[in-house]
Amino acid sequence: MGDRLLEPLSWGNALIFFLLAVVMLAVVLGFVTYAIYFERKVIGWMQFRKGPNRVGPLGLLQSVADIGKLLLKEDTIPRKADRVLFILAPALCYIPAFAVLAVIPYTNKLYFTDLNVGVLYYVALSGISTLAIVLGGWASNNKYALLGGMRSAAQMISYEVPLVISIVGTVMLTGSMSLRSIVEGQGGGWFWDWNFLPQIIGFAVFVIAAVSELNRTPFDLPEAESELVAGYHVEYSGFRFAFFMLSEYVYVFAIASLMTVLFLGGWHPPAPFLDFVPGIVWFALKFICIVFFLFWLRATFPRVRVDQLMGFGWRVLLPLAILNIFVTAAYMEIFIKR
Amino acid sequence: MEKYINNYVIVSIFILLGILLPVTALTIGRFLRPSKPTEEKRTTYESGNVPVGEGQVRFNVRYYLFALMFVIFDVETVFLYPWAVAYKQFGLFVLVEMLIFVSLLLVGLLYAWKKKVLKWNSV
Repeated sequence: MGDRLLEPLSWGNALIFFLLAVVMLAVVLGFVTYAIYFERKVIGWMQFRKGPNRVGPLGLLQSVADIGKLLLKEDTIPRKADRVLFILAPALCYIPAFAVLAVIPYTNKLYFTDLNVGVLYYVALSGISTLAIVLGGWASNNKYALLGGMRSAAQMISYEVPLVISIVGTVMLTGSMSLRSIVEGQGGGWFWDWNFLPQIIGFAVFVIAAVSELNRTPFDLPEAESELVAGYHVEYSGFRFAFFMLSEYVYVFAIASLMTVLFLGGWHPPAPFLDFVPGIVWFALKFICIVFFLFWLRATFPRVRVDQLMGFGWRVLLPLAILNIFVTAAYMEIFIKR
Repeated sequence: MEKYINNYVIVSIFILLGILLPVTALTIGRFLRPSKPTEEKRTTYESGNVPVGEGQVRFNVRYYLFALMFVIFDVETVFLYPWAVAYKQFGLFVLVEMLIFVSLLLVGLLYAWKKKVLKWNSV
């Protein structure tokens, strides 16, 4: 990919880019299908159950069957709903989720774009999904959906601020917002040179805020089944519902990749002598560990209360994230000579 | 500029594909799924009861306050990013400047804290 980016633009190249993006889409859809299966299996094992095991060998076709079922379900739109916004919301939720994947570098050679504003692009686009959730909740014209949408929006904007500020430290260390340069800045040494140790506060804030942005346990209040039935997507059925779920799991993919890239050294091996293993293997290993970590959290933690959630975001995470910037600046002043 | 054209072509391809997938999936679905709408199906869901009153109920005003806070701090991040990129080249002087800027905002956060904006219930 890297060399082709520097060639002058032609229709042939544009077509190749398009086909590669389609491959990426297929990879992401495959990931989502099996991430759902994997999540159900892992949580099953953690709760001494078997998880899905009927459809196909070891239940491997369970998610495929679920997708087929959603595709064949009748699509009901409530009479009172705002039709245009109701139809628009799931698509609007999904588009930014997929578009942010354009900036993630998987290895030194394998990446789609190397935008010099990569971090900003990610943050700006992922913010749009919040809008879609409010829109979905509002357009349903349903009490549960409205409250779920509002809660979700309040939570997402409260945690977006610490999430975005916690990344600033890594940008400072590298002096660039290009995700590829950020990974390159972490390479060449042992695993303690990766950003997660010099940026330990930023990393902790990022992990917590990221789990909250994904609306996953312990921060899955927007979908609190016991109090809001299902939150903003109560009225959605069939494939429109599927798109909300899909974008949630595409964000799992995106956040896990972003965490690998920003804090865990991307494609770099944990020790210099392990250099012979291809970079994509290291990337995949770190990526899978993070995804597993997210599923593990879901099996372990209870849900927090809404007042605790808001207070925690603004009173603990935000000051910590800001503190991280100045700690990083002081560290750079003292230890890194210009 | 020439160098970046390709990058933004790819970004637009990703956005285009992002639009294409929902459109095609929902169009294919239209031919596969049944459509037998009845009056009961199209009523608003409310735990199986007949819906009472308006669907768009009043909600807590605190959501609005959180949104206001978000606007302030999100604009702050817009200033922080270019500063962070250029920090290596400038050093101590811009650090002090940013310290002043952030402490002004922190005063705002403290004010909101004291006014109990950040708490869900104001008791």
